[in-house]
Amino acid sequence: MTTTVAPTMPWKASPRERATDTAIFLVALLSSYTTVAITPMKGKLAYFAVFFIAYALLTAIFKAQQRGSAAAKDALVNSLVAIGAIVTVIPVISILATVLKNGLPGISFGLFTHDMALATPTDPLSNGGILHAITGTLLLVAVALVLSVPIGILTALYLTEIKGRFTGPIRFLVQAMSGVPSIVAGLFILSAVLYPITKAYSGLMGSLALTILMIPTIARTSEEVLNLIPNDLREAGTALGGTQWRTVAMIVLPAAKSGLVTAIILGVARIAGETAPILLLTGGGDKVNPNAFNGPMGSLPYYIWKSFNAGSPEAITRAWAGLLVLVGLVLILFTSARFLGSRKAAK
Amino acid sequence: MTTSHENEKEKMQTSVKPNSLASVAQANPAKVPGTRAMGTGLETRGVHAWFGKHHALSDISLDFAAGTVTALIGPSGCGKSTFIRTINRMHEFIPGAAMAGEVLLDGKDVYAPGTDVTKIRLQIGMVFQKPNPFPSMTIGENVLSGLKLAQIKVDNKDDLLEECLERAGLWSEVKDRLGAHGGSLSGGQQQRLCIARALAVRPQVLLMDEPCSALDPGSTLRIEETIRHLSDTMTIIIVTHNMQQAARVSDYTAFFLSDGGPGQMIEVAPTSEIFSRPQDQRTENYVTGRFG
Amino acid sequence: MTLQEVTIPAPREITTEPRRSDKVFRAVVTSGGVSSLVILGLIALFLGYRGFEVLRQEGMGFITHSDWSITTDDAGNVVESHFGLAAMLVGTILCSLIAVVIALPVSVFCALFLNFYAPTWLKKIMVTIIDMMAAFPSILFGIWGFLVLMPSVEYWAKLLHRYLGFIPAFDMQVPVYTRSPFVAGVVLAIMIIPIITSVSREIFSQAPLDRIQAAYALGATRWAMIKAVVIPHGRSGVIGGAMLGLGRAMGETVAVFTVLNIVFQINWQMLLGAGGNVASLIILKFGDASPYEIKALMAAGLVLFLLTLIVNGLANLIVKTTGKSGR
Repeated sequence: MTTTVAPTMPWKASPRERATDTAIFLVALLSSYTTVAITPMKGKLAYFAVFFIAYALLTAIFKAQQRGSAAAKDALVNSLVAIGAIVTVIPVISILATVLKNGLPGISFGLFTHDMALATPTDPLSNGGILHAITGTLLLVAVALVLSVPIGILTALYLTEIKGRFTGPIRFLVQAMSGVPSIVAGLFILSAVLYPITKAYSGLMGSLALTILMIPTIARTSEEVLNLIPNDLREAGTALGGTQWRTVAMIVLPAAKSGLVTAIILGVARIAGETAPILLLTGGGDKVNPNAFNGPMGSLPYYIWKSFNAGSPEAITRAWAGLLVLVGLVLILFTSARFLGSRKAAK
Repeated sequence: MTTSHENEKEKMQTSVKPNSLASVAQANPAKVPGTRAMGTGLETRGVHAWFGKHHALSDISLDFAAGTVTALIGPSGCGKSTFIRTINRMHEFIPGAAMAGEVLLDGKDVYAPGTDVTKIRLQIGMVFQKPNPFPSMTIGENVLSGLKLAQIKVDNKDDLLEECLERAGLWSEVKDRLGAHGGSLSGGQQQRLCIARALAVRPQVLLMDEPCSALDPGSTLRIEETIRHLSDTMTIIIVTHNMQQAARVSDYTAFFLSDGGPGQMIEVAPTSEIFSRPQDQRTENYVTGRFG
Repeated sequence: MTLQEVTIPAPREITTEPRRSDKVFRAVVTSGGVSSLVILGLIALFLGYRGFEVLRQEGMGFITHSDWSITTDDAGNVVESHFGLAAMLVGTILCSLIAVVIALPVSVFCALFLNFYAPTWLKKIMVTIIDMMAAFPSILFGIWGFLVLMPSVEYWAKLLHRYLGFIPAFDMQVPVYTRSPFVAGVVLAIMIIPIITSVSREIFSQAPLDRIQAAYALGATRWAMIKAVVIPHGRSGVIGGAMLGLGRAMGETVAVFTVLNIVFQINWQMLLGAGGNVASLIILKFGDASPYEIKALMAAGLVLFLLTLIVNGLANLIVKTTGKSGR
């Protein structure tokens, strides 16, 4: 064949259809402006609602004329699902934008080098910082990690490797556990450990509650990861005469390593900003406390909570700055989990 | 692709004797096209298809006269299914798909800008490889589902239901349990249900993508009978791996082949000629089972 | 040849005696595996044990009355106490229902958009954003909800009252819009949208492809296809997802506490600035509670625990059964 034929996609919108769409869009925009201008309606919601209704109706009427009622309904649903997606995304954008806008003025170098031992939330921003909160959060998370990672991964191993009689019920219970309200976890530690045994607030108490909240996340994600390990590997291990213990330790776990790390990171992201049990259990100290087992322990959520409730403009700015640091931490954790997860998928 | 060629060859050698194929085809002489008032039929002009960068189908020009059955044969991966999916515009659902050329239904290009693609699919029905009745609907609802999906109103639903099931050869088996779920039927019955479902919107053309490959021989025979009956009133294009089937049901046969590049049409002729005196050596090799 | 003479042997029993290291391994893993059972059991046990005294004194009144008062004499001894959770339970259910009613349609439409409308690049970005949203700490939603969202929501509430006040749900006598169950419900809705969306998206993506193609081949528009194939396939899974969201909303503490005005009086008027919430009650009263009141709070925690356990259990059952039948 001498002539070459270029691939085309005739199903893509033609210039004419694009022009119609743009026209409808502009008409809807215009009608939203005029409606808001000439009627008592006001505010962003009014613009948004009028624009959406106008756009949905115009496209539907246009399609109805062109192609009949089925196409009109289809066009209407097109608009509806688009609105669903937009309404879902708007809060995220709004939250991130507000945290950045309100938090940045409170961020300074001193914030990361001072604690609040000699300052109160209502002081000018130059006084005090969040060093104690950052170290506190890191300690709380570290202790919770030490406790929850073994239990979480053992649970996942039970579900994937042992597959005993209780696999079904335990999977169900792990899911039920992920629905335990954080305040209930806090009350439980309060009633089972703090009141009868230690009788004092400390970082450890907070970590225990966080452990309860973290186990199901780690267990469920690890189970998914371990299920992805092909059974051939396990059979190869046992066929070579390895015990189950050696097969799991030398073959299964190393093969799932990056997935397990992802599971752990997701667990940390889940609890790093957990507030309710922290308020009940840690006592919320204002100075750096390197000992997780003794004395009140500050943390980012506690700091944010305390500053927010103090109410003065300085205190609110502190709360936003704390939130910015906390959100930054969660986002870093989340992104690294994503990155590890996707790298594994690409392999 | 070599493995699939070899599979084909094996299948041919075990199940088909070349002589019998020619005689079956001769016992079933091709209809003279264009004699019925069913529109001017379907025509493809220089159709190409791509999946992303992969050029899957090259330059297919075929004429499907109204009221005839055309079988598309050829080894796996030669683009037969891709070709019939370009005809009813199902090709475009695959991300990255592209095409070139024209598909003319009654002289009008189905890819022309501004064409309502749902209308095209109402005129060109399709039956798939595996029976796929809607699981949430009863037998009756399944047959009439096309009307509901496309919001077409009809006055006498019961008559239409009976007519479609009758034409699909299923009426006598299901008339007492139209309220049962489609999944309660056997595989062959389900496939005939899918044919009845396609008939209910009164298409001019019916595309069948290996409709019997998931069925047992008895069910296959029933469907072939159905196809012969239907061809009195509509244009049928059937993709098949079974050459006996092509010989039994079709008026014309087109042979597709891919030599590693895009799939091409090697030869098209009345079915009896394809199986008795093919013009191309490659066609002969394929229909006699000496492939490769 | 007589077939009757063949005797069928009884199947041999295959036994394996695991080595000692494997026995230890299996014991350790199993003990880890049952930890969730132990922890859940201990939670119920300890909260029940601590709250027992209050539960016994109040009886059914603990969930049917709505007074919450404690009187002590100068020495700190309890003279008289009334603990009733009714207003808090009603408030918890009201707020979570509002949240689900708002979040469910948004999430289902969003999930449909992601699966059947969005181009791949947009889908990837949006899925990341929605997963990220699920990882946001609740205190963030609380403070954002209080400082940014609440003024707008109060304005919407006024609109609802003015134009739809004839509907009983939007009716109220005293026009106080601040910190109402409606505001809390909107904040909770935003928090549970990611949960319901990802469950729905998962279920929708399992809709059988050959049926989808069959619908399109019959001349269906995208919406007609979704109605005929995707919705019947995913309906109960979406309900399960909504219940998961409901469970999460019921147990949410900090975000609700910041935007809800706690009042010890049963109130079903969602726009009125007086609500209740079991979890927020615990935070509210914990700071300066006497030891006896702490026991009442423990009992409240037990009620909340059992409530969320039931809702979550049902939700997981529904999601699990539909997930299986879909595959």
